[in-house]
Amino acid sequence: MTLSYLTPAFLVERNDKRCIQCKVCVQQCANEVHRFDEEEGEVLADELNCVNCQRCVVMCPTRALSIRKSPNEFRQNANWTADAIKSIYIQAETGGVLLTGMGNDRPYPVYWDHMLLNASQVTNPSIDPLREPMELKTFLGRKPDSLVIENGKLKEKIPPQLELDIPIMFSAMSFGSISLNAIKSLARAARQEGTFYNTGEGGLHKDLYEYGANTIVQVASGRFGVHPEYLQAGAAIEIKIGQGAKPGIGGHLPGEKVGREVSETRMIPEGTDAISPAPHHDIYSIEDLSQLIYSLKEATNYEKPVSVKIAAVHNVAAIASGIARAGADIIAIDGYRGGTGAAPLRIRDNVGIPIEFALAAVDSRLREEGIRNQVSLVVAGSIRNSADVVKAIALGADAVYIATGALIALGCHMCQKCFTGKCNWGIATQDPQLVKRLNPEIGAQRAANLLRAWKHEIKEMLGGMGINAIESLRGNRLMLRGIGLTEKELQILGISAVGE
Amino acid sequence: MLREGVVRIPSGCAISGMMNKKGKCFSGEDIIKSIAIMHDRSNGLGGGFAGYGIYPDFKDDYAFHFFFDDDTVKETVETLLNKQFTIIFDEPIPTRKIKAIKDAPVIWRYFVQPKSKMVIQAGLPEEEYVVKFIMKVNSEIEGAYIFSSGKNMGAFKGVGYPEDIGEFFRLDEYKGYIWTAHGRFPTNTPGWWGGAHPFTLLDISVVHNGEISSYGTNRRFLEMYGYKCTLQTDTEVMAYIFDYLMRRQGLPLDVVVAAMASPLWMEINRMDPEKRELVKAIRAVYGSLLVNGPFSILVGTNQGMIALNDRIKLRPSVAAIKGDFLYVASEESAIREICPKPDKVWAPRGGEPVIGLLENAQVNYNFAAGENERIAINS
Repeated sequence: MTLSYLTPAFLVERNDKRCIQCKVCVQQCANEVHRFDEEEGEVLADELNCVNCQRCVVMCPTRALSIRKSPNEFRQNANWTADAIKSIYIQAETGGVLLTGMGNDRPYPVYWDHMLLNASQVTNPSIDPLREPMELKTFLGRKPDSLVIENGKLKEKIPPQLELDIPIMFSAMSFGSISLNAIKSLARAARQEGTFYNTGEGGLHKDLYEYGANTIVQVASGRFGVHPEYLQAGAAIEIKIGQGAKPGIGGHLPGEKVGREVSETRMIPEGTDAISPAPHHDIYSIEDLSQLIYSLKEATNYEKPVSVKIAAVHNVAAIASGIARAGADIIAIDGYRGGTGAAPLRIRDNVGIPIEFALAAVDSRLREEGIRNQVSLVVAGSIRNSADVVKAIALGADAVYIATGALIALGCHMCQKCFTGKCNWGIATQDPQLVKRLNPEIGAQRAANLLRAWKHEIKEMLGGMGINAIESLRGNRLMLRGIGLTEKELQILGISAVGE
Repeated sequence: MLREGVVRIPSGCAISGMMNKKGKCFSGEDIIKSIAIMHDRSNGLGGGFAGYGIYPDFKDDYAFHFFFDDDTVKETVETLLNKQFTIIFDEPIPTRKIKAIKDAPVIWRYFVQPKSKMVIQAGLPEEEYVVKFIMKVNSEIEGAYIFSSGKNMGAFKGVGYPEDIGEFFRLDEYKGYIWTAHGRFPTNTPGWWGGAHPFTLLDISVVHNGEISSYGTNRRFLEMYGYKCTLQTDTEVMAYIFDYLMRRQGLPLDVVVAAMASPLWMEINRMDPEKRELVKAIRAVYGSLLVNGPFSILVGTNQGMIALNDRIKLRPSVAAIKGDFLYVASEESAIREICPKPDKVWAPRGGEPVIGLLENAQVNYNFAAGENERIAINS
C-alpha cells in the first residue's frame, strides 16, 4: 500500500495544566486516538483516528480536552473542495465505495425551515394547554369508507389500528446496526409514552418480546428473523421496500458484527455477512407487493395493520397511490435526509427527494383520488424538533418517525461513523464493552423525556392555532405559510406565501 | 380588495333560533325582534334568516334562491336550469325598499323538479343530482350563486344588519315552524351577499357564531367527496359536514354530533366498553370532520333544529323551552325579548347538543331520553 495522503480531520487539544493523566480518555476511545506513553509518562493523541464523537471530551473529569476542525487547509478552490479531494485520496488508496453513517449532510435547503405556523389573535382564541384538554391521540391504520351503526352500536368492527398517545414513533433500526441496549431504551420509552418503536430488519431479540404491544416488526428483503412468532409478537408489521438514506440500495451488516445474539436473532450463522438485497426476491411488481401484504395479514389473522415503507423518490405520489390500493394500512415515507448505519456516500447524498415535497405530493395525490382516509401516512427523514412534527402533520402526515433524533437523545454526537461499529456511546455497536456504556434505563428515560418535551411544545403550538385535537391539524395547510420559496415550490407544497 | 370566495374572512356573530315542535307555523316577526336585540354583536356587514315550512304551495319542489350579478348571468343559469330541471314557478323574491340596504344583486327564486330522465341518465340519487348542480353553479358560473335549495324552506340573507335584512325580505309576511337568524361581525370584508349566513345545502341551513380552526382539515376532507368550498367560509363547511354525515353516510344524529364535537378522551375513557368502542371508531374514522375552534351553531332541517357548541364552549349559547317552543340564542336577552317567561332556561355545556325534533320527525336518533350528556328536547 502506498503512503496515505490523508491528514487528520480534527485537532485534539489537551490542556496540560488541567490534564491529570488519569487515562479516562484512553479507556473511552474505541478509535484508539488516545494512548498512554509509558516512557514519557503522559497521554498522547493520534489525531488521524479521531472522528470527533466527543466521548473523551465529555468524560474528561478535568475538562482538559477539546476537539476542533483541523485548521490545515487545501488551496482555496470553490469547485475542488477539501471533501472532494479527500474522497479521491481515499478511493485512490482503497478502490472501494465510500461509506458513511447517518443522514445526508449536504447543504440542501431544509424546507421545514421555510414554513411558518399560524397563531390565533382575537377573532379565534388561543387555547391554553395548561388549563384546557389538548388531545394528541392518533390512530394509524386503514379506515373504512363509512361506519355501520345499528341501534346505537357499532355493527362492524373497524380494521385494526395502532393507537398513539403522541404522533411520534421511533423509526426502524435493526439489532445489529444498533446495540441491544439502544433498542431496549427505545422500546421502554415507547411503552412509557404510549407509542411504538420499530425492529428494523434485524429480527426481534428474545428480551424484547415483552414490549410486543409497542413494537412494529419489520419484514425486509433479507427476511432476517422473520418467523410466525415474530409476526405475532408485534402490534403491526412493516414491509420495508426502501429507506431514505439509500433508496434502491440494499443493506449489509458485516460478519464481524454478527455475534452470537445477532446471529440467533437474525437466524443466520455467526460471523457471516447479512446481506439484504435491494429488491425483495418475491416482489417485482405492485401485485407482488399486494400478495405479500395479504400473506402477512393472513398469517396474523387480519389483527395487525400492515405498513409499507418506501423512500421518497421522484414518482413517490404514484407509487404511494399504488401501495394504498395494494392493501397497505399505513404508508411510511422516508426522505433523503433519513439516517442510516451505513450507506454509500454518493447514494446518500444524491438520491431521493426531500420528505416535505414527498409528503405534500402524496397527500394531495391520495386526496385527488379520494383514498386519503383509507390509509395512514407516516413520514420520516430528519424530523429534528417538535415544530417539524407540527409542520409535517399540517402538510398531511398522520404521524412521524424519528430515529436520528432519538439516537441523539441517547447520546449520539453525529460523528457519522456508525458503520465502523466503534460507537463510543454504545449505540451503533455490538462490542460488549461499548454496549455496556449505554444503560437502557437511563436511555429510556432520556428518550421518553424527549417525547414528553416535544409533546408539551406540540400542545403549545396547537393551542396557539386554536386547535385542541391533533386530528384537526392533519392536512390543515392553511396553518402553514411559505417563506423564501418559489411559486412552484409553494404550489407543490400546497401552501400560501407569508402575508397571503 | 379580494372578494370572499377568493379569501377567507374570519368573523364573530350573533345567532338566534326558534321552533315549534308540533310544526305549527308562525310569522317571521319574532325572530327579527330576537336577533335585533343583539344588534351590537353584528357590524352591518351581514345578516340572514332561514325559515322552514314557508312554501306550503310548493312543498315538494326544490326552492332555489339565487343571487345574480346581472341579467346576463341569469339567462345563462336559466338555460342550464331548463336543461336539467322543470321550472314549476319562478319570480323575483319580494323585497321592500329600505334605506339601510344598498347594492342588492338580482334576487330570484325558482321552484323546480329535476328531470327524471336526466337523473336516471346521471345514475345518481335525486338529491345527489341536485347537489351536483348546486356545486357546478356555485363553483363554475361567475356572478351566480344558489344560496338556498331545500324543499319547503328558504334562506334569506344579505349585507346589512339582520333586522334590516329581515325587513328587506318582508319576512313578517312568511309563516314557518322553524326560524333561525344570524347577525354577522366580519373583521374585514368588502361585504358580499353570498358571504352572509345561513349557508345551506338542500334543506340543511347553518348559522354560526365563531371561527373554525379546523377549516383546512375539514375542507380538504370534504373535497374528496365532491364538495366544492367555493365560499371559503367556515360555515359553508359546516353545512357540508352535516350533509355528508347525515345524508351521504346515513349516520344517526347522535353520531353526527359525536363526530363534529366529539367527547374528550377523558370522557371517552370513562364510557362503558361498547360505547367507548363506538366513539373511538367515530374519532378514528371521522377525525377530519371534528370541528375545532370556537363555534356555536344552529342547524335547521325539515325535521327540526340542532344547536351545538364547540367542545370547550368558547362561544356562548343559551337555550329555553316554553310549551311547544324551543329557543336557542347567543344571549338570554334574545330569548327573553320574545319569550319573557320561559318554562326552562339553561346554558348547554360545550359539545352538548340541543336537539329539537318535530313530533313527527323521521330522524335516526339513538340517545336515550334523559341521558346526562345529551338533551333531546322532544323527549
